[in-house]
Order: sequence, then structure tokens, then C-alpha cells
Amino acid sequence: MTIRDLVKVLDAQVLRGEDRLDTPVCSACCSDLMSDVLAFVNEKTVLLTGLCNLHVVRTAEMLDLKCLIFVRGKLPGDEVLDRADELHMAVLSTGKTMFTSAGLLYEGGLRGAAMQWGEGREVQVS
Amino acid sequence: MSVVHLSRIYEITKGDYTRAGEASADIKRALRQLGVQADILRRVSVASYEAEMNIVIHSLGGQLSLEVSQDAITLCTQDLGPGIADIPSAMRAGFSTADEQARDLGFGAGMGLPNMKRNADTFQIDSQPGKGTFIRMAFQLHKD
Repeated sequence: MTIRDLVKVLDAQVLRGEDRLDTPVCSACCSDLMSDVLAFVNEKTVLLTGLCNLHVVRTAEMLDLKCLIFVRGKLPGDEVLDRADELHMAVLSTGKTMFTSAGLLYEGGLRGAAMQWGEGREVQVS
Repeated sequence: MSVVHLSRIYEITKGDYTRAGEASADIKRALRQLGVQADILRRVSVASYEAEMNIVIHSLGGQLSLEVSQDAITLCTQDLGPGIADIPSAMRAGFSTADEQARDLGFGAGMGLPNMKRNADTFQIDSQPGKGTFIRMAFQLHKD
């Protein structure tokens, strides 16, 4: 799939990155917890979230994510959108819920992003 | 003693959620300019952002420092307190003492310290209640 396909499947609005819609995507993750995104996501993937603040973009920046999808009709402010744009991300918004969005994308062929904690580097106290 | 190629120190302010993350973004840009390979850059960035957010959320303020030598990238944090009473609990995935404001921003899932340790090649934490917390993380640049 490409980001353009995601727009179609989710009936989404493109908020930033019209020129980046042909970027291919192969996985996605859903979370409103940026801590968990930072801890678990292990590849360049699409992030679906209902959280709208600048830390969504900062988290995506640290992980080199290229596409953000705001669900439940959330529309982030210009500061958030402009920062994402500077970092060459595509930003979409869909009126669908997180559950429905994930289901539609799965049906369309996307799968969950690889999770870091599956790699067995156990966390212990020094 | 290896030659230091880059050294930076960032002042991190308690509760400043607007600027939180700017130091880590700067660190990422600097390391990218140095040509640090993508997987290492990603691990350093995640650990740095977690460390920076920890100072903003939990401490009275502090510093985040970056040092790049020929062989390794080192990130250190030193805060002004209040210190961690129970380090083993703080290191446990899911344990959090973050307040409502941090949680509203998507933090406080209790993954910060475990995630820092997991991304770094070496991780050292030293903390006492009433004093500050010191963390040192090193990332090897060349793995044999």
C-alpha cells in the first residue's frame, strides 16, 4: 500500500504532505501512549493515534516515522502540523475510530509493526 | 583515552513540556551530520528523548549531555533531585509515578528507564532520595 491508499481506505483528509502520498507503507501501529510507541516500535511505520500534541511529532521524529494518522476526527494545531511538515511526514486525519481504522487497514493488507520487546533483550537492574 | 569529536550540554527545565524533546532533536541532527548509522542513531534518539522527558516530568531540572568519541556515543543526565527511592521498581516496565499532565501528553506508561537501558549498550543509574539522579548510557559505534 501507499499513503494514497490509506487516504482512500480511511476516507481521510490530507493535512500535510500531499506530495508524499506515493510513499510505500507496509506496517502500522496504534497507540495514544507515546511511551509505548518509543518502547515497542522497531521500524519505520505508520502511527495511528488520537493524541494531538507536539510530542506525537517528536516521538515520530525520534523513530523516523513518515506518516501520522489522527483518528476520531482529531485535527492537530498548526504548530504540530508544521513541525511534521518540516520533518517530511505525511499527516492524515480520519473521522473513523482507532479500532475501525486498524481493521480497515488490516483488511487492506497492512500488518502490525515489528515490536522491539519480542527480541529478547531482557530488562534488569544494573 | 579516545578523542572527543563532539560534546554538548543541554539545560532541561522541570515541567517545560513545550520545549521538552528539543535537546533530543538537536542531538539527532548533530549525530546524523556526523554520519552515525541509522540503527544506532535511532537507539540513541529514543534513549535521549526518554531521558529528557524523565527530567522534565520527574525531576527539579537538570542537564543532558552528549559526547561523541571515535568509538562510542555517551549520553549522561544529572538532575537536581528529588532522587529515586526504589530503583528496582523504577526499572520495572509499567511502573510509573508520572502525574496527570505527563499522562495527558502520552507519557507515564512506565517504559522510560527500561527503554533507555534496553537501547543502550551500557546503562548506569545512581540515585538517592534527597539527592539527584545520575544516568550514563553508552552506545558503541563499531561492533566487532
